[in-house]
Amino acid sequence: MPGRKGMRDAFLNELLALAEVQPNVVLVVGDLGFGVVEPFADRFPERFFNAGVAEQNMMSLCAGLASEGCHVFAYSIANFPTFRCAEQIRNDVDYHNLPVTIVSVGGGVAYGNLGYSHHALQDYALMRVLPNMLIAAPGDPWETRACLRYLIDNPGPSYLRLGKSGEASVHSHVPEVSPGQWLKVQGQPESTSAIVTTGATLAIAQAWLARGEYPEHNLYSLPLWGMRQKQYQAAQVEQFQRVVTAEDHIADAGFGSWFREALHDGRSSCEVSSRALSAEVFGKVGAQSTLNALGGL
Amino acid sequence: MVHRARASHIGSALSIADILAVLYARVLRFDPAQPAAPDRDRFVLSKGHACVALYAALAEIGCFPVKELDEYGQDFSRLMNHVSHHVPGVEFSTGSLGHGLPFAAGKALAGKIAKQPWQVFVLLSDGEMDEGSNWEALMFAAHHGLDNLTAIIDYNKLQSLDTVDNTLGLEPLREKLAAFNWSVVEADGHDHDALESAIGSGSPGLPLVVIAHTVKGKGVSFMENEVLWHYRNPDDGLLDRALKDIAGSQRDA
Repeated sequence: MPGRKGMRDAFLNELLALAEVQPNVVLVVGDLGFGVVEPFADRFPERFFNAGVAEQNMMSLCAGLASEGCHVFAYSIANFPTFRCAEQIRNDVDYHNLPVTIVSVGGGVAYGNLGYSHHALQDYALMRVLPNMLIAAPGDPWETRACLRYLIDNPGPSYLRLGKSGEASVHSHVPEVSPGQWLKVQGQPESTSAIVTTGATLAIAQAWLARGEYPEHNLYSLPLWGMRQKQYQAAQVEQFQRVVTAEDHIADAGFGSWFREALHDGRSSCEVSSRALSAEVFGKVGAQSTLNALGGL
Repeated sequence: MVHRARASHIGSALSIADILAVLYARVLRFDPAQPAAPDRDRFVLSKGHACVALYAALAEIGCFPVKELDEYGQDFSRLMNHVSHHVPGVEFSTGSLGHGLPFAAGKALAGKIAKQPWQVFVLLSDGEMDEGSNWEALMFAAHHGLDNLTAIIDYNKLQSLDTVDNTLGLEPLREKLAAFNWSVVEADGHDHDALESAIGSGSPGLPLVVIAHTVKGKGVSFMENEVLWHYRNPDDGLLDRALKDIAGSQRDA
């Protein structure tokens, strides 16, 4: 069962299942994944590689593998598979439109106690400016499985942002996900207000609703988004007078910014506000829940 | 091409012209009529700024019309000033240094996984050996015994501002590469027979690196070994002199 062990295990279990039927699935890790990736390495030793502590090479070689027909999952923590090799992602993976899924564990402040080096606070900002990149930021373990299935069926440059462990299940089954399309989690058809979250913020937003902070708001998750999915937002906003976006990323250049840019033509009368982490969290250490609260979530 | 486009890097291109000639005429299993054939040998130009040499070679062997070379660097041409995978026969776009060898290592690894007979070749500049990513890739390729991977280093001893020695000295390069567990061979990068022999000298279980000793600006007397020609483009008079130089050296050869 996903849920108890969180997104990371859901990812690995789903990847194992998909690799059974997809012989081109390759997992490359950046010397990380202890206690997580071993089942894959044991089951598919010829399709598992530890690239060592060398992310620039890792990302380019994943592009090389992908250029020969592999769907490569490049797995590491927080900023290592993103900022450390940002140019390799930009030039080699995204520009060549290759099926590399960058998997980053520890989205937001999941590694809160490990400090700033391990806080993924600006990753959306990096990924959302790459034209072919699809961001997959699942809200719970079930969405993790759904996103992975989508990415395997629709190979291309993608960024899978996971939490770590212990994320609660919001759904009770693998939902249908589609790029740019809001996934309804709870609410009434006639509601005129909505919260739209991406990533592990889903459970936080659900708690806001449970506490009555946003009366009569519907809750949606948007796990698949990117530059190409902006065009789908205006139509979905139409029925609402008020939308609140939520993310565990810094407010600057994140999901809320993306959302507002998507509506930038000014024709929408919907009032959009955003909940995101504030600059307060930079450099602070603490439990994930502590830092999320400090940052305003 | 460089003259018409008022572009740079002619010295870098002349440095590798002989290497490309040997690769495309004698080494690569490559059919210009089927530049994406699954069983082709793969060639990656990591020093993408020297693309005019590759574009010219690919046009000469028939990947696209020679006449198209006139469009190099012009508005919306697919022949952009750093090598582009939108050009038939080009595997990979580069322009930022330190990407070609890691990418080629990934291709070679894919070939190993699928037990394919094709080979991967990558041509690097000496200056780009400053990039840490190349040394990461050197470790990776050796660790995985990628003997289907051949790297050729265009060692013309000049980089963008100064000599290699005055920038970040590479020596002892041969020993460094050998210490990274590569099979290493050196050759005169303008001697076609020596290059062919060096490129064919691989050992089972080891990736091969050929240190090709070259002259930047080779074949044009006033460009040879001049950093200036990393940037400058020849005016009408200098173009005429350069072409006469090259015609002369071809007549002498």
